[in-house]
Amino acid sequence: MVEFALPKNSRVRKGKTWPAPEGATRVRTFRIYRWSPDDDDNPRLDSYEIDLDTCGPMVLDALIKIKNEIDPTLTFRRSCREGVCGSCSMNIDGTNTLACTKYIDEVKGKVKIYPLPHLHVVKDLVPDMNDAYAQLTSIEPWLKADTHPPDRERLQSPTDRKKLDGLYECILCFSCTTSCPSYWWNSDRYLGPAVLLQAYRWIVDSRDERTGERLDQLEDPFRLYRCHTIMNCTKTCPKGLNPGLAIAEIKKLMVLRQS
Amino acid sequence: MSERTPLARARGLGAAHGGTHHWWIQRATSVVMVPLVLWFAFSLAALGPADHATAAAWVAHPVNAVLALVLIAAMFHHLHLGLEVIIEDYVHSRWVKFATLILQKFVTIIFGFGAAFAVLKIALS
Repeated sequence: MVEFALPKNSRVRKGKTWPAPEGATRVRTFRIYRWSPDDDDNPRLDSYEIDLDTCGPMVLDALIKIKNEIDPTLTFRRSCREGVCGSCSMNIDGTNTLACTKYIDEVKGKVKIYPLPHLHVVKDLVPDMNDAYAQLTSIEPWLKADTHPPDRERLQSPTDRKKLDGLYECILCFSCTTSCPSYWWNSDRYLGPAVLLQAYRWIVDSRDERTGERLDQLEDPFRLYRCHTIMNCTKTCPKGLNPGLAIAEIKKLMVLRQS
Repeated sequence: MSERTPLARARGLGAAHGGTHHWWIQRATSVVMVPLVLWFAFSLAALGPADHATAAAWVAHPVNAVLALVLIAAMFHHLHLGLEVIIEDYVHSRWVKFATLILQKFVTIIFGFGAAFAVLKIALS
């Protein structure tokens, strides 16, 4: 059955407080989820009081400041710091998003930061993404063509190229997938919005020759049809994409090829 | 944790190559029910505090009887499909899941046939 309460060893407790330096004028509290596999402690919420006058504007700036100046044990993923790599996806102020493109000012009151929901936690804000990446691999996200390749680029009309807009921009941060309750309950069989958006990106690519095979691989009560149009995916996407629409388009193609 | 690789777990038992009919019929029955439920609600309101004989005469009218039977078929089929999805979503123990799926099939069929029988009994007597 679905578990609605956290197991005993996962209940989040109150953690340490790291007070603001003396003379700080613009203080903001960051409440951050901490858990380490190296001790038997429960997860805890540490509070860090940050002087915003000495901190960059983004949530990631605050995280880096904490790691550099206050608590080097704080662990999180980050790389490009401009919303392109998808590494710093986490749950900020109750919404999955990228720490590097989320302004601290957008959050009212304490800034609460948790790892992406419903994944195993490796440490602090770092979740285990292995299964999600394997699901991406399972849809074979690359161009598949059997016709002998041309001596130049594979041609695509501007109209067909337009169909990839809103799909190719996905950076695979999995904010959408981990915001989806259906994925929480059935992540072992449901592919989730990020992977289905990628699948659709190859299904509509005019240069791909395995469209039917791709649809065959998705036609499954769990892989595709666990989507119940909850639309958390579209609401949360930090790149403003619409995975819900991509999934609906796949469902339409499924019906189209039968009637 | 299983010793299988993440990719083996992701591929699992493969695609079942089904689900489209289930999804499509659930949508189709809900579309069919929109006018039928409106018709039924307005008819009930119009009947108002009518006595038993008037209500039975309304049900016995061929047009009303046929529409009521279509509504019952669509509604219980829709109910059956929807409950199936909810059980699959939330019940993960294999035996409990299959037992619940069969039980709900049985119960919705009994209620559906019961409702249809009631209409037919009034209409054909």
